[in-house]
Amino acid sequence: MTGPAVLVTGADRYLGGRLAARLTADDRVARVMTAATDDLLSPASNGRSKLTELLADGRVCTVVHLAIGASTSRTRSRSELKERNVIGTMQLLAACQRSPHVRRVVVKSAAAAYGASIRDPAIFTEDTELRAVPRGEYTKDVLDAEGYVRGFARRRPEIEVTVLRLAPLIGPKADTAMSRYFALPLVPTVLGFDPRVQFLHIDDAVDVLHHATVRPHPEPPERHDRPTVLNVGGPGAMPLSQAIRRARGIAAPVPEFALSGLAALGSIDVSRDQLDFLRYGRVMDVSRLVETYGINPLPTPEAFDAVFGAKSGTEFGTAEEA
Amino acid sequence: MSSRFEDAINKVFDIVERRLSGDYEVDEFGFDQELTEEVVAPALRVLYRKWFRVEMHGLEHVPDKGGALIVGNHSGAIAMDAAMLQLGLLDDHPARRHLRLLGADFVFKTPLLGEYARKTGATLACNPDAERLLTAGHLVGVFPEGFKGVGKPVWDRYKLQRFGRGGFVAAALKTGVPIIPVSIVGAEEIYPIIGDIKPLARLLGLPYFPVTPTFPWLGPLGAVPLPSKWHIEFGEPIDTSDMADHADDPMEIFNLADQVKESIQQTIHKLLEKRGGAFQP
Repeated sequence: MTGPAVLVTGADRYLGGRLAARLTADDRVARVMTAATDDLLSPASNGRSKLTELLADGRVCTVVHLAIGASTSRTRSRSELKERNVIGTMQLLAACQRSPHVRRVVVKSAAAAYGASIRDPAIFTEDTELRAVPRGEYTKDVLDAEGYVRGFARRRPEIEVTVLRLAPLIGPKADTAMSRYFALPLVPTVLGFDPRVQFLHIDDAVDVLHHATVRPHPEPPERHDRPTVLNVGGPGAMPLSQAIRRARGIAAPVPEFALSGLAALGSIDVSRDQLDFLRYGRVMDVSRLVETYGINPLPTPEAFDAVFGAKSGTEFGTAEEA
Repeated sequence: MSSRFEDAINKVFDIVERRLSGDYEVDEFGFDQELTEEVVAPALRVLYRKWFRVEMHGLEHVPDKGGALIVGNHSGAIAMDAAMLQLGLLDDHPARRHLRLLGADFVFKTPLLGEYARKTGATLACNPDAERLLTAGHLVGVFPEGFKGVGKPVWDRYKLQRFGRGGFVAAALKTGVPIIPVSIVGAEEIYPIIGDIKPLARLLGLPYFPVTPTFPWLGPLGAVPLPSKWHIEFGEPIDTSDMADHADDPMEIFNLADQVKESIQQTIHKLLEKRGGAFQP
């Protein structure tokens, strides 16, 4: 037990819990500390925030930030979620910047960072730039958070910073935005559009995060003034219509104006991010991940079958939130 | 019932059943090979063989495998020429090649049309997509005239429009694949455009609203294409394998694009002469 101490934020969620458990069982990690999603915003007592205390007391060397989320289902409002995503990330990075021990920061970002627009190439590589101003709030959160991470990496070049852009997660026991969507009795789609979708099996997400956390530091230490960005998703894509069929669902195509009208009235919980996603989809190139980490995530169609296919036996009722 | 008919029925049921359960594959661009070959191609084949009597020339210039960029002239109000070129390469090329078309963003933001385009192998005309397809060894098709070509009036037929800055050339140079010019004769006469109702186009968000001798006057009947005689001829490929250094030289790109345009234009004149009248058998 000689390795680094690790702090996992967002450990109260399914993915964070899985990762914390995995790291606890790993001999290369001396100690695993966890912070719940709300701890990021807990007020400072006698001048030190709870995070600063956690980092100092535990002599934390590696911070894994998983607390950027899209789901409003567990927070009361959209503004609360934004506070957690953006201000929470800012607080955490500020605490890392003050700590003399931190040597590595791993941030869970999302494919949403690429937006989804008509002018985008069909496949996003890590170098693809946003072509259109993102319309959705979650995308803006992700971009704001990534912006803070880039600033942090510039200010502390001796800290190794990794940003992992995850495709939408699916897993047999995980209650994700995707599992809720495919479990609907009628699955709403945009009439006349069949976007390509890409998924990441939650086991692969845990593998990649685990590897990013414990992989050996390069010797001699390298200095980078920008974060390493990696796309993480199941290679390939499937049309949404095919995914719905394989999940034995029934697609309910709705004209776009009706969907956005209902969303504007608040009758249905569809954000503008999701509307764009339902029209144009989002597919990433994951070859850089395979090259640098040597991890091959389950291809999207296979990951989907494993979770929603005929033999998967998924029971949505017993799922936990990811 | 003959067994041949029975087989055909069984095959259709088999395909429908598999498709309803989602048991088919698409590539990362959304190209659905089965749908293209089993559903779209048979429908287009009737037009290709019986209606337009398309004749293909110079197919030997299209390689059996590996990437190549096919650059053609565009006409005919709707992109029927792209569909016929695609089917011609699938049916008449010995290697049965799939042509991956590059389309304008208008195509992909239009309901149903965008879905159709992606499933038959098209993607957005942008350099990252073009280069990705070419590097993977696909045959990529592009019509640099774009809407200026398809929406031009009938009295401008067979006059090539501006080729833009030639972004397609840069994609070919960067990936080192040959550029193959293709000249399409016949598509100009299927919907002779004699007018463009601009306010209506703006209202509907279309690049133009075509008026032909039969459309929109005759309603759906006006949408039936005229049965012109088609010829499609591929020209000598332009080798770009040692030109990667020029991929960011705008003047070099422009000149090469112009050379391609000239070669297409000349072949069009030759084909027109050979064909004679537009509506003969």
